[in-house]
Amino acid sequence: MNTPLRRVALAVMGMIVLLLANATYIQVVNADTYRTDPRNRRVLLDEYSRQRGEIIAGGLPVASSAETSGQLRFLRRYLDGPMYAPVTGYYSLRYGAGGMENAMDSVLNGSDGRLFVRRLSDLVTGREPSGGSVELTINPAVQRVAYDQLTRRGYTGAVVAIKPSTGEILAMASTPSYDPNQLSSHDGAQQESAWNADTSAQRGAPLTNRAVAAIYPPGSTFKLVVTAAALEAGKATPQSPLTAAAALQLENTTTLLHNFADQPCGPGATVTLKTALVRSCNAAFAELAATVGEADLRKQAQLLGIGQQDLAIPTPVTPSTLGAIPDVAALEQSGIGQRDVALSPLQNAMIAATIANGGVRMKPQLVRNILAPDLSVLDRTGPEQVGVAMSRVTADQIRDLMVAAENSYRNDGKINGVSIAAKTGTAEHGADPKNTPPHGWYVAFAPAGNPQVAIAVLVENGGDRNLEATGGSLAAPIGRAVIGAALQGAR
Amino acid sequence: MVTAVPTTDAGAQPGSAPPTKRSLELVMLAFAAIVVTTALVLVELNQPQGVTRSVLYDGAAYLALFGAAHVAVRRFAPYADPLILPCVALLNGLGLVMIHRLDLADAASAASVGDRVPAGNLPHQIAWTTFGLALFVGVLALVRDHRMLARYGYTCGLVGLAALALPGLLPSAVSEVNGAKIWLRLGGLTIQPGEFAKILIMIFVAAFLVTKRDLFTTAGRKVLGMELPRARDLAPLLAAWGISLGVLVLEKDLGTSLMFFGIVLVLIYVATERAAWMVIGLIFFLGGATVSDMIFKHVQQRVTAWIDPFSDYDGAGYQMAQSLFGLGTGGVFGTGLGAGRPDLVPEAHTDFITAAIGEELGFVGLAAVLLTYLLVVMRGMRTALTVRDTFGKLLAAGLAFAIGLEVFIVVGGVTKLIPLTGLTAPFLAYGGSSLLANYILVALLLRISHAARSPAASSPPRKPVAPLAEARTEMVQRP
Repeated sequence: MNTPLRRVALAVMGMIVLLLANATYIQVVNADTYRTDPRNRRVLLDEYSRQRGEIIAGGLPVASSAETSGQLRFLRRYLDGPMYAPVTGYYSLRYGAGGMENAMDSVLNGSDGRLFVRRLSDLVTGREPSGGSVELTINPAVQRVAYDQLTRRGYTGAVVAIKPSTGEILAMASTPSYDPNQLSSHDGAQQESAWNADTSAQRGAPLTNRAVAAIYPPGSTFKLVVTAAALEAGKATPQSPLTAAAALQLENTTTLLHNFADQPCGPGATVTLKTALVRSCNAAFAELAATVGEADLRKQAQLLGIGQQDLAIPTPVTPSTLGAIPDVAALEQSGIGQRDVALSPLQNAMIAATIANGGVRMKPQLVRNILAPDLSVLDRTGPEQVGVAMSRVTADQIRDLMVAAENSYRNDGKINGVSIAAKTGTAEHGADPKNTPPHGWYVAFAPAGNPQVAIAVLVENGGDRNLEATGGSLAAPIGRAVIGAALQGAR
Repeated sequence: MVTAVPTTDAGAQPGSAPPTKRSLELVMLAFAAIVVTTALVLVELNQPQGVTRSVLYDGAAYLALFGAAHVAVRRFAPYADPLILPCVALLNGLGLVMIHRLDLADAASAASVGDRVPAGNLPHQIAWTTFGLALFVGVLALVRDHRMLARYGYTCGLVGLAALALPGLLPSAVSEVNGAKIWLRLGGLTIQPGEFAKILIMIFVAAFLVTKRDLFTTAGRKVLGMELPRARDLAPLLAAWGISLGVLVLEKDLGTSLMFFGIVLVLIYVATERAAWMVIGLIFFLGGATVSDMIFKHVQQRVTAWIDPFSDYDGAGYQMAQSLFGLGTGGVFGTGLGAGRPDLVPEAHTDFITAAIGEELGFVGLAAVLLTYLLVVMRGMRTALTVRDTFGKLLAAGLAFAIGLEVFIVVGGVTKLIPLTGLTAPFLAYGGSSLLANYILVALLLRISHAARSPAASSPPRKPVAPLAEARTEMVQRP
């Protein structure tokens, strides 16, 4: 009986070895996967025991941690929560972190390499460890106007304001917004009900940052890209003749592409490119897009940042796209910013900023400085030039066209003594585009001679004007108000 | 009757009796007390209120409790294996520290949301430990020779089967807790009769196999170079298989079912020395497992949650996922006792206590616990190897293997090696029935090991040895 006994003993040994091997796999080989899983609340719980750094905008701590007497030592609090929510993001025990709280987490929780020396000295001196702070490029006055303008009329939409020379984001608003204070509450039930409300589609998914995380058909604002492509490729000048017809039959189809309200673009057979842009004639630009060709259009779009997959500010930005352009008919439709073309408001603001900056594209930045817990500067972001998207001549030509366009628009909220360069857009969308309220766009920069701010405004689904809505009526007044606030600060 | 022979009066030839090694046991128990007290200090250090002097009293009380058990072993089974009790003490102590640690976490989270602070599980577990050790002493005192158990083989078998089947047949109101019908609720007390049935059935199977051993070794046909037993001899194995399936169906308890079948199979294998039984048993097992997975919903759920716990993260896979997060966060060296969040795993104090240990003591701590278990099993197997009588061999092998198999099923379940079954880690986990039954198990193992190592048992009753010259002649019976 001893032989089987020895074998059973060996088998038990084998079982224990199997357990040890499996434990090695989980606790050593795969440990990091489990440790860093966003659903693993341990790391977050650990973080709650340290003072998390602040998020600062214009000297104001818009996100900060306050000590409590509860089991979770620190409570994250947000100043003007809904206004800054697209910028700060949220920090929730149950739902993890989002936005800047997530993107700059390593700095805020103190684990970032740049805080290494600080951590070491904490250890030696017994000082309580705390995270570093993030100073934003946001200008609180501009941010407030942007947010107020959107919420005043109950619009769903987004505003982005960029300083063209540096790429600094001065304002980034998205509505409907949410209060991150609810999500960072230490009351689980409150977190849950807030989360459910903030992710609810019926309420417009407030957690979605429409400025960077959503893409929309750009409509007529895309004509700036087509114009840039045509001018850069030498295939047109501002004076080039384009069709003045009220509609264009798409190549190889019987489908007609109409101008707005089916109006002819001018009295004659042709109009200049300049007139076509000012009047935003669809037939003319469909024709121009076909003249430019897919290759040159794509090249120009890419130079302006459309299609960039890894843009982060440092919150990740959803890539904008031209979509597939299988034939000339598709190219003609894409030329007026419809079909599968889709841009994020940030992308559209970046296009305006690039034109404003003489064709030099700057990387959009939301973080100005990384600060140590004692608020000394650890790292400065600094302006970063991405590339030259178009020549200065082209940029100036487009600027002049945009100034002419702005001057032709209705006089809603224009600022005395400030010359604005702008383009509106009214983009159809949905399964039944003619009966769905359109998205209204307004991209602009000012002052035209010495641009201090470039903006993009998007108002979803006709705002409060239903089918009658246009970019000029919905988005332009908001844009001008934001420009006004930005210029006030700049002066 | 075996009588205890203390080393000090070793009879006619001083030094001829092997050492009892009781002092080694005492030293190892003191070592276990130091480890456990240190663990308790670490837990307290990581709490806001810090260490209080009560830790020392706790350590002393622990040592006194197991010191008493040691004295009982000295008195009733002086030749017993010196490592089993300290290992068990270490595991039990570590379990108490971990349960205390989880109580603290529960109290803290209740306080943070303003709820009433729960009473905690520690006082119960301490009471059960004390009661378990009393039972341990009682068994050692009462069962002076393990062979007497063989005489009650059939009684044990009957009572064991009844105990195993009882919760399955009683109405759910009395027997069901968390979906498993393995309980008996008597007033305020809930007991798991299956834990005790495990031991009773082992005694029965061992006794049965001793008397019917020849039956199983009769060769049947030879297939692929392996001698198959005759079909009719398969009946006992088939019965065991049927009973474990019955447990699975009626009581929805995967763990007990697996344990029962595994132990019976190994005992048959050891008794018959024929690998064919193992092969047949495994085929039965695989067949039963496949069919159960196809038919029973509660088995399917366990299997799905095992294959990918993250596919139903908020549902069936939640507990498993939390366990993996805890183990992963612990990593190699763990977060430190009292510094992790093992309370995030549901049922951390019972089924998932090894996950709590893996989180706070890391892979290193978990490995140490597993090796401590392995040591207990190996000492038990050694006992089975050295004891002379067949019944003792079988019973010791069964008892030792039961611990090994249970550890494999529990820890394998918690670490996603095999599907989760709902057994608890012996001595570590919270639970009165398991603790009491396992102390009985250890007492029996020590009793057999005493028989194996004591000089009185290892040689036939010694006659007074006279000088050869004075030897008398013997009369030999005529044929």
